[in-house]
Amino acid sequence: MTEARPDPDALLKRLQQEEKPNQGRLKVFLGASAGVGKTYAMLAEAHQLLERGVDVVIGLIETHGRKETDALVRDLPKIPTRPITYRAVTLQEFDLDAVLVRRPEIVLIDELAHSNAPGSRHPKRWQDVEEILASGISVYTAVNIQHLESLKDVVAQISGVQVRESVPDSFIERADEIELVDISPDELRERLREGKVYVQEQIDKALDGFFKKGNLIALRELALRRAADQVDAQMQTYRENQGVRSLWAARERVLVCVAPNRLGEKVVRAASRIGSTAHAQMYALYVESDRQQGRAAEDRQRADDALRLAADLGMETARRSAHDIVGEILRYAQLRNVSLIVVGKPIKPRWREILHGSVVDELVRRSGEISVQVITSEEPSVHAPSGFQLPPGQIKDYLLAVFVTAVVSTFGGMLYRRLPHENVVMLYLLGISLTAARTGIRAALLCSLLSVAAYDFFFIEPRLEFSVSDAAYLPTFGIMFGVAILISSLTSRLKAQAEASAARERRTGALYDVSREMAKSRGRTEIAVAAARRIAEDFDTDVAVLLPNERGRLTPIARSRSHFENDHRETPVAQWSFDNGKAAGSTTDTLPSATGLYLPLRVGEATLGVLALKPHFQGEKLDPAQRTLLETFANGLALAIERAKLAREGAEARLEAESEKLRSALLSSVSHDIRSPLTAIAGAASALVEEKGDSKTLAETIFRESQRLNRHVRDLLDMTRLESGAVEPNLEWNSVEEIVGGALTRTEIQLQGRKVGVSVDPDLPLVHVDAPLIEQALVNLLENAVKHTSPGTPIELAANLVSPMVEISVVDHGAGLSPADREHVFEKFIRKGGNESGFGLGLAITRAIARIHEGEAKAAETPGGGATFLISFPVGSGAPTIPAE
Amino acid sequence: MSNKTRILMIEDERPIRAFIRASLGDSDFELKEAENAREGMALVAQLNPQVVLLDLGLPDIDGIDVTRQLREWTDVPIIVLSARGQEKDKVDALDAGADDYLTKPFSLGELMARIRVALRRHRGHQVTEEPVFEAHGVRVDLSTRQVFKDGVEIHLTPIEYKFLVLLIRHAGRVVTHKQILTEVWGPAYAHENHYLRVYSAQLRHKLESDAARPKLVTTEAGVGYRLRVE
Repeated sequence: MTEARPDPDALLKRLQQEEKPNQGRLKVFLGASAGVGKTYAMLAEAHQLLERGVDVVIGLIETHGRKETDALVRDLPKIPTRPITYRAVTLQEFDLDAVLVRRPEIVLIDELAHSNAPGSRHPKRWQDVEEILASGISVYTAVNIQHLESLKDVVAQISGVQVRESVPDSFIERADEIELVDISPDELRERLREGKVYVQEQIDKALDGFFKKGNLIALRELALRRAADQVDAQMQTYRENQGVRSLWAARERVLVCVAPNRLGEKVVRAASRIGSTAHAQMYALYVESDRQQGRAAEDRQRADDALRLAADLGMETARRSAHDIVGEILRYAQLRNVSLIVVGKPIKPRWREILHGSVVDELVRRSGEISVQVITSEEPSVHAPSGFQLPPGQIKDYLLAVFVTAVVSTFGGMLYRRLPHENVVMLYLLGISLTAARTGIRAALLCSLLSVAAYDFFFIEPRLEFSVSDAAYLPTFGIMFGVAILISSLTSRLKAQAEASAARERRTGALYDVSREMAKSRGRTEIAVAAARRIAEDFDTDVAVLLPNERGRLTPIARSRSHFENDHRETPVAQWSFDNGKAAGSTTDTLPSATGLYLPLRVGEATLGVLALKPHFQGEKLDPAQRTLLETFANGLALAIERAKLAREGAEARLEAESEKLRSALLSSVSHDIRSPLTAIAGAASALVEEKGDSKTLAETIFRESQRLNRHVRDLLDMTRLESGAVEPNLEWNSVEEIVGGALTRTEIQLQGRKVGVSVDPDLPLVHVDAPLIEQALVNLLENAVKHTSPGTPIELAANLVSPMVEISVVDHGAGLSPADREHVFEKFIRKGGNESGFGLGLAITRAIARIHEGEAKAAETPGGGATFLISFPVGSGAPTIPAE
Repeated sequence: MSNKTRILMIEDERPIRAFIRASLGDSDFELKEAENAREGMALVAQLNPQVVLLDLGLPDIDGIDVTRQLREWTDVPIIVLSARGQEKDKVDALDAGADDYLTKPFSLGELMARIRVALRRHRGHQVTEEPVFEAHGVRVDLSTRQVFKDGVEIHLTPIEYKFLVLLIRHAGRVVTHKQILTEVWGPAYAHENHYLRVYSAQLRHKLESDAARPKLVTTEAGVGYRLRVE
């Protein structure tokens, strides 16, 4: 069998699983209903583990007063529950923090679907479990089938009981192991009757209600199917890991379209059921019509809720805005190779369907190869999804409508005698158009009505009465009214579209501005400051960007205004968001009672910091609708900070590499240039010790070589000091002749046997330089000339004024330099021929000295052969005068 | 008491002490050693040496302070030993009263020359000053205030002459900029270093055969001037 091409989705999924080695294991005890013995089974297994020496503790167990269960609980270590007082009732809640501190290997947590008491960190217990798993602790938990999010509706239909508490399917699907605790319905009813499940008073009620045999059979089937699905999925994962070809067959992809109506969540759940049996890749899409932009916030909220539910059920969610809703849905579906589209269809009066058309019908007509499954609601949709809704108008608008009608009537009255009737009608239509353009549709309609009435009253015989003498005018009224309605609805729709696109443009513009500003900024602080300011302006909230300091604690790097206080109650919320990489605080599922909203700045798996938002004034709430946009901002900010971090790391790495290169060049130079004189010294000294050879020659060698060694060390020190900027030139007024003299005195020994021509311009003024440094530069040039020319060849030294600079040149008549060498000869560690090599630092030092005097060092060709080195530096201004004697 | 010259060396580096001990040990010198400043200062009082070699980088007390403290009660010649790059320390030590300095590493020849000059100065205090100075073809008659270059009388301005005489009085030893400015021009001019550039150049042009390669009035960059006698 040939190995198949890797399926990116499968690989990614596996990678994600492998990437979490520190995740705790999740084992779920699944039952069809209460009383099947989930808790008992869980405790029994815990006992076995305890005997094997596993550190297993009880986080929370509900015994419901059952005797057998109580007995098992007694012998297991427990983490005390945390009492929470809510509305005068004290509830025992499971203590999340205590578990995180205690860090057992396995913790038992009953009733996964439980909703926590208000004021807890998470609204739901399964979120607590998620956090525990993320911290690396394994969890055993129990849940009944009716609490699965996607089965909520089914269970409600079977049992007639609406389940409030639920757990997302995706959470159960990630369980490493699911153990189905199963007993037959008859046995369960028997246990119930024996009082093993509920206390006596409740038994009869339960047996006739939820625990009816029919219910139990249906629920049991659901649980069995679910557990079988999970086994299937595990089997499939196993086979995927083996990379078997048969599995590369195209995977089913299901798209669920969310509509802003009550059907939304129901459709999502139904699609999830369809998808999960087929192991399909699930997508959820909400296409907002640009005609719907002005819709009530309630509708948007519904769509948001449905999308969030879809995400909880493990679907990939998306949101689009388009004029052609069906076209957009199909485009999205085709891009993702979707095979099935699931849509909801509210039942509505036929006449409205004929009048406004139906998205679903159009979708079915245009879907081509893609199948469409339609879910209908049993109850009629309360909200008609058409654009024919009347947005509430304002008193001001109605007054305008009345005013415009009055003005038109007056004006019409003035023209009435001179012009034909029809012009007056046109005038009224103009007035209606104006009103529609300025106001909403309600006021425009009022204006239409008033116009027709006024036309009749003022201009139609008998005048100043609402009656009409000539029946021929009735169609005129009808047409006038129809045209008026058409104009006003068109105008107001145009206006709504313009407003919607303006709003979209504003948002996009804001996003663009922020990203541009962040792209301009350098360094994470600057980026954070820019982002905080922009977000504060665009969302009208207080903003802070919190980034971890060296010790990993969050600290505010930028605040939109100085009074973004560091609230003690809020700090842990921000920290939680940072640690878990999830949004927390107001409008989220975690600690929703906090005043601020905390969005993690995430790049890939890493969380870089937190974006904190608070309303300007206490008691004000953040708008949940802005969450999505804010998350986009947070992503942009995270990317910008990451980019700055990478840029800095890159620069550091380059610098590191550069200095590494220099270090190795230095080391090889040092080892060569210091070792060779040392070898000579050690050799000569050992000969002296043995009293061999001519002791005078040997001693001379020692002396000469140690001098050389000293020069190397001196150069090295000079270069280091010059490069580190430790040398601050001590500028004084000096005589060039004196400096030249000093340099020649110091090189007296090396220059012996050579003709040295010296010419110093007698008119040279005093120069403002550091004399010891310039002298050193000249010494280096002279030593360089000596080193690279054969003994006895002449050297010339000349100093001239080339206003405003002084130029000192050292001219030799040796082999000279190639043009390329002339460029590089002043760089560090450049060595040029010759056996007696220096560090190649001398010339680099010369140039560094020239440069700190705002001068330059250059190399040129000596006419007739040889090299000319020259340094130049400014004379300096404001030379002091010396009084004559 | 032997008639050997007693030299006290205050130096914490053992190899340097060993090198000087080996070089001076069997000649006309009697070498005493101290490892640190406290011990050194005690030995100066106890042994009354004729020359002190003082390292500027001692572990316990700064060499400049040692010089200052010694100068409070003795005018024994002090030659400071310093590393290169410590120009300011050298100048401070010289201004605090040290007679001369040697930059490490130095040769035995240089050390001997410094010691000889220092001893001459020391004896010069006891004997009367020589009325005539002569070196590198220049003859200065201090009693008649006449200056000759290769037998030809040279005219010097009063300041040039004062400058030259000061250098002659310290012949062979370095004289710091501050010392010259204070003595020739007065304390108010102590930092007007450019006066020296101009007058030293004038002196060189009048006394040296090649002003750009002086033999007599030599410059110690960043420190001062030295009249070379050898």
